[in-house]
Amino acid sequence: MDIAVCIKRVPLSPGRWTLTADGTEIDTSSSAMGWTLSPHEECATEAAVQLKETDGGTVTAFTLGTPESSEQIRELMAVGVDRGVLLETDGAEWDAQATAAALAEAIRADETDFSAVILGTESADVSGYQVGVRLAHALGWPIVTNVKGLSVSNGVARCERVVGSEREVYEVSLPAVIAVKDGVNIPRYPSVPGRIKARKKPIDTANPTRSDPRVEKVSLALPPQEAGTAEIIGNGPDAAPRVVEILKEIGVLA
Amino acid sequence: MILVYVDHDRGTLDELSLQAITAARGLDSDVQAVMVGADAVALAPRLGEFGVGTVHVAVDPRITDYTPMACGRALASVAQQFHPAAVLAVGSPRGNEVLAHAAAILDEPFAAECTEISLGGDVATVTRNRWAGNVLETARVHASMLIASVTAHAFAAESIPGAAPAAVVEFSPELTEADLAVRVIDRVGSGGGGVSLAEAKVVVSGGRGVGEGGFGPLEELAELLGGTVGCSRVVTSAGWRPHAEQVGQTGTKVAPELYFAIGISGATQHIAGCKNAKTMIAINTDPEATIMSYADYAIVGDAGQIMPAIVDAVRAAKG
Repeated sequence: MDIAVCIKRVPLSPGRWTLTADGTEIDTSSSAMGWTLSPHEECATEAAVQLKETDGGTVTAFTLGTPESSEQIRELMAVGVDRGVLLETDGAEWDAQATAAALAEAIRADETDFSAVILGTESADVSGYQVGVRLAHALGWPIVTNVKGLSVSNGVARCERVVGSEREVYEVSLPAVIAVKDGVNIPRYPSVPGRIKARKKPIDTANPTRSDPRVEKVSLALPPQEAGTAEIIGNGPDAAPRVVEILKEIGVLA
Repeated sequence: MILVYVDHDRGTLDELSLQAITAARGLDSDVQAVMVGADAVALAPRLGEFGVGTVHVAVDPRITDYTPMACGRALASVAQQFHPAAVLAVGSPRGNEVLAHAAAILDEPFAAECTEISLGGDVATVTRNRWAGNVLETARVHASMLIASVTAHAFAAESIPGAAPAAVVEFSPELTEADLAVRVIDRVGSGGGGVSLAEAKVVVSGGRGVGEGGFGPLEELAELLGGTVGCSRVVTSAGWRPHAEQVGQTGTKVAPELYFAIGISGATQHIAGCKNAKTMIAINTDPEATIMSYADYAIVGDAGQIMPAIVDAVRAAKG
């Protein structure tokens, strides 16, 4: 079964956030900052590679981003992705509608007849919660989002998502879009032979045209620092009686 | 008019959805709601308490449990009929999913996880969460009908004393087989049982500092306080605890009365999931740990020694 995964290059989430001087971007100039993928997308790729290992087939990674996004495709090639498709941008941000439309067009136009598209439920950076759903509508395929458990047999994907203390079960016939959450699996680390093989795998590029965003970023800001300082109520087990007092004060203990 | 999608689970109202009604009332006094499924009919009048005038309930014998695309279709059809100034829902997994379907069907933009909304004809301005709330984006949304979710706990559910029950209008949306193809067909227990993480009043969370074998006293304390156990991403990644217990950006976001952060350093991804707790008690060997600046109270020391003492003290206090 041939699977497409959709991924996005994002800044590594830092311990301390800073913005560019004009307040429109995360400041990535610091040498400490690197680039990575959303955790959900590492899991999406792992899910696709696991299905390839059981059922055969290929995994193709699609991404819309700057030419540097090929670094993220290479990382995924080291863990089993066979081919990349880079929809190249000049770095200007695309909104979710335009992103989904470009991905749908590239997936439809591809020579491979995909059985599934696996991606993250939302991106780590913009967190728009919609590219997968829009992609599914554009392809005319069903979609399950927030997937935390996935298995495929006889052309049917069984998906689980966590609601409260239960797991909801969905079954969809392929082809389908599966939007996963971090935790659906534990992504493997790349091996040295994997990294060597990755260098030789093909990346195709295309240059879709950007349309004006309908959700248009004006500026970014860091939220007011809510953090203060905790009252230290003790060192070690001797603090236990004070904990009981606090539990009574806030009403969780009668 | 503002239209709000209100979720329920097999006849149990989603309390978080009430927060979206508060957000809607801030934009217009005429607030109407959409609910989906026959078992919503009995719940719908109660929305009047929160300021909803009319609830449009989509009824179809084929919808017996959550069916995301059909919910999106039903919401889109009401939006097309009444042209509200905005269509809102709470930014829960289901709320975001249903709005994304409706937005895709209507080919309109969708701004997820908003904390502030102001309408303005053909361009609305929103403040929304990026990076799970670590970065706030101000965005212009170019649409005559704004579709937006409000991030959980950005607004409080507010009832109106003496408000009349909402009027209920049942309708049958036009649904195709494709709209019904994705639906909950079964439920399986997580093994966690008991109180759900998202709704628990007390969450006792453990991180790397608790250690693989150290969760016993956390479970005991959760049990004594009628709460539940949570954990950090490190813990689920290591396979110590099930993913259903993960608190954070990629796990569950919680807002309990009391949150214990035990052996958790306070990565931004974890803080994003627990910062709405009313009271936070941190236990950590490192007094400089990030979590200490978010907690109300802190105990410095080893969780392995402190937790059994707290369990004993709480058990004694309960008598």
